[in-house]
Amino acid sequence: MTGLRYVYAVCRPFGTPLQAQLAGVAGDPPRLLHHHGLVAVVSHVPERDFAEEPLRRHLEDLEWLTGTVRAHQSVIDALTVVTTPLPLRLGTVFRDDSGVRVMIEEREEGFRRTLDRLQDRVEWGVKVYAETAAPDRAEAAEAPAKPVSGRDYLRQRRQRVRSHEELWQQAEAFATRLHETLSGYAEDARLHAPQNPALSGASGQNILNAAYLVPRADSEEFVEMVDRTKDDIPGMRVELTGPWAAYSFAGEEQQP
Amino acid sequence: MTVIERREVALVDLLDRLLAGGVVITGDITLRIADVDLVRIDLNALISSVNAQVPSPFDPLVPSRKELP
Repeated sequence: MTGLRYVYAVCRPFGTPLQAQLAGVAGDPPRLLHHHGLVAVVSHVPERDFAEEPLRRHLEDLEWLTGTVRAHQSVIDALTVVTTPLPLRLGTVFRDDSGVRVMIEEREEGFRRTLDRLQDRVEWGVKVYAETAAPDRAEAAEAPAKPVSGRDYLRQRRQRVRSHEELWQQAEAFATRLHETLSGYAEDARLHAPQNPALSGASGQNILNAAYLVPRADSEEFVEMVDRTKDDIPGMRVELTGPWAAYSFAGEEQQP
Repeated sequence: MTVIERREVALVDLLDRLLAGGVVITGDITLRIADVDLVRIDLNALISSVNAQVPSPFDPLVPSRKELP
């Protein structure tokens, strides 16, 4: 079969077969390409969608992107069940199998090092949201009558600004403390940019969006640790996602 | 707060990882657009064109995020 090669991940050889009904990107079930004692997990994808120009166009198409991202993730998820994959960035595409082999040869030392570092580790995502709407409502409840004078108006405005600032300080202190605690427990941590509510649909302001690298064996304890933070401060919401393959820790340039 | 509620993985969480994480390898297809910022700007354009009332996703969200460790 012709077509391009879409690479999801590089792993060490594993004995257990991948789940059979895995569709893969572009509907092509993932295949294993063994080379130099490593395995590239690959789908055959059509040029009309994955050559540079169509791919560029597709990435602006939220529907296409969603389907592709989910297909990619389902393969990584399946790999995570049977081994510790080293996930590649979305959209890593080669002309043919020999292109993939050359890539493995060029990077194999780095791959082995990173695979060792990530072996039996998973990534947990922790996000903190501040419910910014809450104080406004509280204010409205105790809202004084309309300001009768310019001075009253200014005073009320100052109060509003101050309570908003206090909320931010509180939120920031909470997020910082939580991040310190979790970083202390995890092997490694990364901060992602805060998510925008327009994309996430989440309520409140996302003030912490972090990833933590945790040994699989310690995950239960880590989750409990996050769970214990939940009642710490009213108006803060903590969300946990995972376990993920160690996407946020796969970059070789990220040395401790 | 529900910490461990399992539900479908949110697209944004996936994008954080698949577009900003993972090993970056220049394949045969030179994918300069794999640059996260570009992709996000494109998404931004898309979303704003769909709904003008949606605020720009890429305004700085937290004035003092830099101060986080």
